[in-house]
Amino acid sequence: MSKPIVATTSLAGCFGCHMSLLDIDERILELIELVEFNKSPVDDIKVFTKQCDIGLIEGGCCNSENVHVLKEFRKNCKILVSLGECAIMGGLPALRNGIPVKECLQEAYLDGPTVIENSGKILPNDDELPMILDKVYPCHEIVKIDYYLPGCAPRADLIWNALIALVTGDELKLPYEVVKFD
Amino acid sequence: MRNAVQNILKKFGNDRGRLMDILKGVQSELGFVNEEAKKLIAEGLDMSYVDVEQTLSFYHFFTDSSRGKYTVYLNNSAVAEMMGRSDVAAAFEREAGCKFGSVTEDGLIGLYDTSCIGMNDQEPAAIINGKVFTNLTSYDVKDLVAAMRSGKVVSDLITKYGDGKNSDGLIKAMVANNIRKSGDVLLTSHKAGEGMVKALDMEPAEVVDIVKASYLRGRGGAGFPTGLKWDFCRKSNGEVNFVLCNCDEGEPGTFKERILLTEYPELVFEGMIIAGYAIEAQEGILYLREEYEYMLAYLEAVLKGMRENNLLGENILGKGFNYDIRIQLGAGAYVCGEESALIESCEGKRGEPRNRPPFPVQKGYMQQPSVVNNAETLASVVKILKNGADWYTMRGSRESTGTKLLSVSGDCKYPGVYEIEWGIRVRDILDMAGADDVQAVQVGGPSGECIGPKEFKRTICFEDLPTGGSIIIIGNKRNLIKDVVLNFIDFFIEESCGSCAPCRTLPPIMKNRLEKILNGHGVMQDVKDLEQWGAKMKMANRCGLGQTAANPILSTIRNFREKYEELIRKDVDFDSGFDLAAAVADSCEYVGRKPNL
Ligand SMILES: Cc1cc2nc3c(=O)[nH]c(=O)nc-3n(C[C@H](O)[C@H](O)[C@H](O)COP(=O)(O)O)c2cc1C
Ligand code: SF4
Ligand code: SF4
Repeated sequence: MSKPIVATTSLAGCFGCHMSLLDIDERILELIELVEFNKSPVDDIKVFTKQCDIGLIEGGCCNSENVHVLKEFRKNCKILVSLGECAIMGGLPALRNGIPVKECLQEAYLDGPTVIENSGKILPNDDELPMILDKVYPCHEIVKIDYYLPGCAPRADLIWNALIALVTGDELKLPYEVVKFD
Repeated sequence: MRNAVQNILKKFGNDRGRLMDILKGVQSELGFVNEEAKKLIAEGLDMSYVDVEQTLSFYHFFTDSSRGKYTVYLNNSAVAEMMGRSDVAAAFEREAGCKFGSVTEDGLIGLYDTSCIGMNDQEPAAIINGKVFTNLTSYDVKDLVAAMRSGKVVSDLITKYGDGKNSDGLIKAMVANNIRKSGDVLLTSHKAGEGMVKALDMEPAEVVDIVKASYLRGRGGAGFPTGLKWDFCRKSNGEVNFVLCNCDEGEPGTFKERILLTEYPELVFEGMIIAGYAIEAQEGILYLREEYEYMLAYLEAVLKGMRENNLLGENILGKGFNYDIRIQLGAGAYVCGEESALIESCEGKRGEPRNRPPFPVQKGYMQQPSVVNNAETLASVVKILKNGADWYTMRGSRESTGTKLLSVSGDCKYPGVYEIEWGIRVRDILDMAGADDVQAVQVGGPSGECIGPKEFKRTICFEDLPTGGSIIIIGNKRNLIKDVVLNFIDFFIEESCGSCAPCRTLPPIMKNRLEKILNGHGVMQDVKDLEQWGAKMKMANRCGLGQTAANPILSTIRNFREKYEELIRKDVDFDSGFDLAAAVADSCEYVGRKPNL
């Protein structure tokens, strides 16, 4: 039987969830015995080359590019998992959700303390750039998500247990230490 | 400013417990309670600035900046909307030249939404500088705004007074009583003192026994046996006991306390006196929602009269009983009707419900044993004492004795207050109210149950359909989910105190789902999610507000499932409803690019 295929991506996230995936330490050797990776920053495959079984999504959607990638994942993966607070709820980036997007852009490019020089009052508007969404959306408000792994970041053991459960079909182990957040 | 604030502080004895009154006083004087005033208050009461701030910011009618020389609070209850509120709101915005939630540039007129003001039988209605304006039309609005522009005093804008005591010199309100049906317990003639004379001739414990024998149950909604509550209070060993009369009447669609207080205030006060005697209290507090402030001067005068007749004060009627009553004004918060929140508010704090136990009968106002009763409950007590428990139990149903005041509003010919015997069928209420084209009836307000014609044979009583009295009739022309359910959810979102995470966060999420369903993107899973979350709301919130906030959704899914099924998509089992074009429109416009979709 061929190995299950896993894809991962980081949308509006900080890569912390991916770091947590790497935190499974030496079990990564075991993991590559169990699964094959496709599109993912882990192996730097940029585009889907085949249909996958499991997609792990870090981060929510803050721009049109995120939406596009997320929809690609939905198309190419049988099971999608929202990995971490940002994917599940929008997380830290969603702090902007109460503020109109115009004000956010104004702060970022015109008036904010980190704006050193923009006398031309230029706002990035090249067609190549992703378009900014009115707010940060959790993944399930864009596509169907099958499972959610909470945490910021979810613990390595939680990611590990979840992957093992998905691959083997066994019940997911959720001991208290793995899902407590304090 | 310093002097003004200090005078008010002095008037209330620099007592932190009276912070509500102090803030109210300062706001009446200055129009707002700004940073400087807050500092002065904090200093004068020897408390921290943030403690002043947190009480101030909790209540809808308190403000730290000007809301205009004329402040319009337009009711946004579901029934107000049914009666044409949106036209009236649009007229206000057009005539005044500012949007709701803001003040005109010249600072003259402020427009604000507000939750049900207890005028559902004469909507659209607004409170302008404390005065109530009912049955508003866009024409009225034109005149009102013109009058504000010419600097008229608001009370001069009321040209016609309502019936009964509404035209009393101390009330002078255009409010109509709309008493549609009087029974022989509450809405009937009453000679002040008749009930309490009998009570004061007995031992306090005997009074409790009579109330127990009447099987009277609380009229505030929960239906707790009144005699038992008093007994619990008597048995808690506190230093002093208190009586609190709940006239917060915040449940949208109830307005019976408006009638009781306008026409039968002595009855309510007398009930408080009897309760005070029974639990051996010396002080009673009547908590009056600010929306009813227009009656305050009148009620104070009634109290004064009762003092003069020795029905209140020292050695009442020569029986050695000392007892007095004060009125505590709220400041716009539905949750303050919840008994422990009401107590917090009376103590000058945010109206946040307490954890229970301890219950108010154990540790209530000032941490002392306290009885909180609805005004109608207390008014009933007077007649029970006067006529006896047997007389009372002849009325009503087996588990719900006596009569009940129903506040009927919505799509019917005769909205108003009906005194009925418990056990009446919903159908009979509809007949009395002249409602013939009925889609649904909301029994017990938003926190109650929405029922359809199949259930109109059900009866109003604790055994079947309990209610604090709100009956909202929804005609066939209404869109039940959009016009009613959504409005109710908005109400709970607005009124949640925010302590419990589910109550604070789930209703907005549920509202999004409802809107998604209404926009044609709903799927079966959305309905299932709503049901599941609703069940969580019942078990995971501290007080009744959060526990019932999902009821509008749950009861319509239960009783009007087909209305949801009509709206949801059957061709797919998932639809997020996400619209990329809409989501990028604002940012693209701002940076000046064409969306590339
Ligand atoms: C959110 C909320 C609002 C309430 N509002 C009122 C109210 O306006 N008036 C009232 O009498 N009871 C109200 N209650 C019920 C009170 O907590 C309490 O049960 C009642 O005042 C007790 O009096 P009773 O036994 O005479 O009914 C409310 C309860 C909740 C949870
Ligand atoms: S959930 Fe936490 S770790 Fe993961 S992307 Fe968001 S912020 Fe980073
Ligand atoms: S249920 Fe809602 S209103 Fe009640 S205490 Fe909790 S947050 Fe406050």
